[in-house]
Formats: sequence, C-alpha cells, structure tokens
Amino acid sequence: MRTILYLIRKEFIQIFRDKFLGRAIFAIPIVQMLILVPAVTFEIKEVNLCVVDKDLSTESRELVSKLVGSTFFKVRHATFSEREANDLLHRNKCDLILQIPAGFGKDIGKGTPTKLMASANAINAMNAQLSWAYLNGVIIDYNMNLLAREIGSRTFTAIPQIEVTNRYWYNEMLNYNFYMQPGILGILVLAIGFILAGLNLVKEKEIGTIEQMNVTPVKKYQFILSKIIPFLIIGLIDLALGIIIGKLVFNVPFVGSMGLLFLCSTVFLIAVLGLALLISTFSGTQQQFMFTGFFFMIIFILMSGIFTPLESMPDWAQKIDLLNPVVYIMRINRMVMLKGSTLYDIRTEFLALVLFAIATTTLAVNRYRKTA
Amino acid sequence: MTTKTIISADRLSKSFGAVKALQDISFEVAEGEIFGFIGPDGAGKTTLFRIITTLMLPDEGKVTVLGLDCVKGFRELRKNIGYMPGRFSLYMDLTVEENLNFYATVFGTTVKENYDLIADIYSHIEPFRKRPAGKLSGGMKQKLALSCALIHKPALLVLDEPTTGVDAVSRAEFWEMLKKLRKHNITILVSTPYMDEAMQCDRVALIQEGKILSVDQPGKITAGFSRKLFSIKAPEKYQLITALREFPLVNTAYPFGDSVHVTFRDDVYDDSLIGFLEAKGVSGVIIAETRAGIEDRFLELMEKK
Repeated sequence: MRTILYLIRKEFIQIFRDKFLGRAIFAIPIVQMLILVPAVTFEIKEVNLCVVDKDLSTESRELVSKLVGSTFFKVRHATFSEREANDLLHRNKCDLILQIPAGFGKDIGKGTPTKLMASANAINAMNAQLSWAYLNGVIIDYNMNLLAREIGSRTFTAIPQIEVTNRYWYNEMLNYNFYMQPGILGILVLAIGFILAGLNLVKEKEIGTIEQMNVTPVKKYQFILSKIIPFLIIGLIDLALGIIIGKLVFNVPFVGSMGLLFLCSTVFLIAVLGLALLISTFSGTQQQFMFTGFFFMIIFILMSGIFTPLESMPDWAQKIDLLNPVVYIMRINRMVMLKGSTLYDIRTEFLALVLFAIATTTLAVNRYRKTA
Repeated sequence: MTTKTIISADRLSKSFGAVKALQDISFEVAEGEIFGFIGPDGAGKTTLFRIITTLMLPDEGKVTVLGLDCVKGFRELRKNIGYMPGRFSLYMDLTVEENLNFYATVFGTTVKENYDLIADIYSHIEPFRKRPAGKLSGGMKQKLALSCALIHKPALLVLDEPTTGVDAVSRAEFWEMLKKLRKHNITILVSTPYMDEAMQCDRVALIQEGKILSVDQPGKITAGFSRKLFSIKAPEKYQLITALREFPLVNTAYPFGDSVHVTFRDDVYDDSLIGFLEAKGVSGVIIAETRAGIEDRFLELMEKK
C-alpha cells in the first residue's frame, strides 16, 4: 500500500513539474466546455431564402410575408429568373429557393389546386432537411388559413380542428446547450484520461525507465494502479470543473444525484484508462500510441450519440456500439443531469461500464505482465 | 576456494528470430568478484544481463543467481539485484534526491538506512540534489544511476556498459568506486566494449557473437597470447598497415592506438621488412617487441575461430 501511495505521489510530482501539462490539464477542459457547448448546435438560425415570384399576386405576397415573419427565414434575394436563382444557390448565396408559378393567386381564387416548387442546397443534408421542414410548416399553416377563409366565408363558423399542444419534457425550451453539455462532459473526461495515461506509460517505455521499474519488487498490478489512480483523480476534478461551468455559464440544470454521476464517471474512467494502458502495452513509441488511440477516440466519440441519435444508425453499427463505453456515459450523463434518473433507471448502462472496467484493467495488467 | 557461487549459468541460449544472441553460454561468478564481460557491440552482453536480471527468459539453459532460479525465483531475486541499464533510465524530470528516495521506497527501504553504502558515490552529486536528473552531466548521471542501483543494498550489482559515453577521468573514477564496493561484499557483474577496462576486473569473459571465447583473470588471458608481438610505428599509419598486410612473413596486423600490432609467421622478422616497407613508400619505421594486451588476445581468439 505504501508503495502504491509513493508511486502515485511520483506521478503527481511529474505531472505538475511539467509546467505546461500541469496547467493544461485544467485549462483545456475549461476552454473545451466554453467553446464546444455553445458552438455545437443543430439549431438553424437563418435560412437564406431566394424567392422567385412569377405571380406577384396578393396571395403570393402573403405567403412570402409569412415566411419573412418566421424567425428562420431571411429573404435575401428576389428575382424573376429561375436561372439567376439557381446560380445564387450554386454560389452558396442562398440555401433555399422558393418558386411561385404564374397563376398561383388566380388558382387559389378559383379554388383549383396549385403548386409551389422549393429547391434546397443539400450539401449539408441535415440543414436541407430542417429548412425544408420549416418551410413546409409555414406552407401548411398558410394552407390552413386559406381553407379556413374559404370555408368560413361560406358557413360563418370556425372549422373544427385537432390542435396539438407540445411540451418538450426535460428540456422545455429545447436549449441545445442543455443537450450538449452532459455529452461534452463525457468526452472531456474521456480525452483527458485516455491520452494522458496512455502516453505516460509509453513514455516510460521509450525512456527506458520501465526497465528499471521491472527489476524492482513492485508488482505489476501496483504499477498499473499507480498509472490509473492519478488520472482518475484528475479526470474527476475536470468533471467537477465542467459541471460548475455548465451551471455558471450555461445554466444547465442538474436534476439528478451528483454522487451518482461521479460514481458512474469513476467507473467509466477506470474503463477507458484500462483501455489506454492496454493499447500502450502494445505500442513501442508515443507516436504509435497516439495513432491507435486516436482511431479509438474518434470512433468512440462519433458513434457515441452525442451528435446523431443512435437509433438512426444502421443495425450493424448499433451492434458495434454495444462495445462503445462512451455511449453509456453519454446516456447516463444526460439521464442523470436532465431527467434525474436513479441508479435503478440506468442500471443497464452502469453494469455495462462496470464490465468494461473489469475487462480492460484485467487485460492491461495481464498484457503488461507478458511484455515485461 | 570455499567462496560462494553467486551466478551460475548453464548452457544458456537465446535467439531473436534468426539472430542467435546467445549460444551455449556457461560461466560462474564467485562472491565478491568484479566479473567483466568484454566484447564488441552486438556480442550479446545486454541480452545476457537482461536474462540474469529477470527481464527476459532464456530459450534454453538455466541460470541460478544467489541460489535462486532466474525464471522461477524472479520475485525474490529482484529484491537483491541492483541493475544499471546501458541507457540512462532514471526519471529525468525528478530531482537527484527524488530519484534516490523513489528507488529506496520502491525497494521498501530508506536512503538513511543504506547511506553508508552510497556515501562515497553520492557525496559527489549531493550538492546538486535539487537538480532534475535530466540536467546532470554524463558523469553525474552515471553516479546517480549507480547510487539508485545500490540504495537497497543488493548482493549482486549488474552494470551494463556503465562507462560507455563517459569521459576518461570519470571512467577511472568509476572503476575506483566499484573497487571500493568490494569491501561491502557486493558481487559486481559489468560489461564494457573497452578492452583496456578489462584489467580492472578480477576475472573477465571475452564474448563475441553470443559465444564466450575465454574466461579467466585478465593477466592469464593476456598470458595466453601465444606469439611474439611487435609494435610497429610509422608516420603514415594507413600506408603502413596495408603494406604490412602484403608482406609475406606477416601473420596478423591490427591497428592499436598510434601503432600497429604485428605477429610474424615464425615470430621473427628480418631486415627485408624495412626494405619492403620503404619500397612501398613507408619510411621512418620503428619496430619494438611489446607485451600483448586483452585486445590482442581477443583478436587472436577471434582469428582462431
């Protein structure tokens, strides 16, 4: 026990002796939070619209003014030439073209069905889909109005409608910061622990200090523990910093139990630290570790469900994702922070992380034994 | 002699793929000896030391160190071996003092407890105890590494090329320190590529391409040199050596410092040599008989193979 404590003390001395690293460990997560949380959002604030109004009737103007009135659309260009509109789309000057054919107003007046055409720049598929959905919403609304006016003028009564009232649970204002922050917390903890711990062990290999360590009576598990514990502590401190920033800067609610979140993060950290150490036993140089480590990190993060819902991934990808520890912590963080889930609610995710932690650390200790 | 055997290696072999690093190595080291392994780079010295220090398993054969099997008894053995790898491998970012304390603690002891053992060595670097190990000079690094290897009072000290890359003064100083350790009854196993350092050991083993050529006291090894040896000097050394090798009576001619060490077929030379050399454009030749050193013996043994 005394040996482990001494080994851990040595790690801390080394980390904080490195002036850059000692500060970066705490500065990087703060900067990451401040930048990533507000920057990564799927909200579309401004869709640049180009209107080709070949009708110029009261009806067409009414439709356009409805679009202008919505917060999403900015009518940037108006033209009569389809060609010019396409050219604008091509040059990225607008995201969406709405064409109103001649005779649009007349058709509406006559009560015959009429058509509109919308073209969207789908380089960013998500953007295109969302702006299309917004546009559709406005047009449906316009349609309803027409209908109401038509029927209303004949019968003088309001038409019966089913009205849907929405309420967005757990994030009523659909604030993307609330959605991102718990996710970013997971990534922040992952990155710090994974890279630092893995590089640390490979560095000992590179410099040759591990050779000197191996001839001492220090046991393998003691050595591995002395590599896990310091970065676990740093990871948890970073997590606390992240939560504080979330509260102070973005006012992200914290509904659930703080203790539970830290418990889960501890298990998660042990799992990823074990994995990092496992990879580093296979790597001879820091470069090799970085390369392999990055491969895992990118897959873990992009498939974690922080940006895209897991459910929309293909089946095989969802199966692979069962082996992605970040998926579980992402879910746990969001559920505990925003929804106030209890350990019972997240038991599957928690158990998965525990299994991960046991598997990676055992493998790392065993693998280290063989290479030494 | 009734002294204890500290290391007993029996027919050790180790290969890395097609490279045979060690072939059938057997030797014994007695308690309190300074035992040297002399051989060029790549002879297998480091591999042998890594097996003895339990860092590597032999393919074949058996080593017993301090009465313990290197493979089965590695855990117990590690407490009693001090190892100084060829490459400086202490923590560069820890200070002199921190490194020493660290290794003492890891071995379950304290600096205070064994201070008398390292006092001679450590006193040289103690004024710099707050300096990071990475910022020490080569000679000081070596002293720190030696102190760290000794701090747990090991019965066997294994030093892999401790003097490589260290200046001549520090090298001489280092050997003096090793000799002083003898009074603490510490057995020392040391390797070096420098032939001249062989004379500092009690016994040496000449090793080449994974095989031991000879094991004996350095004096006896040089006495084993079977021929008369001549030292030949001339201002044009390169021309001298090529000319000598063309002379029919010359057996071997190897460069040695500023002269060439030569043996002749029948251990004699006649005046025709001077004429031959002058004809080749080498003048001002001085010839004298000389005593063979370890290096001469080493080359002779290699030649015989």
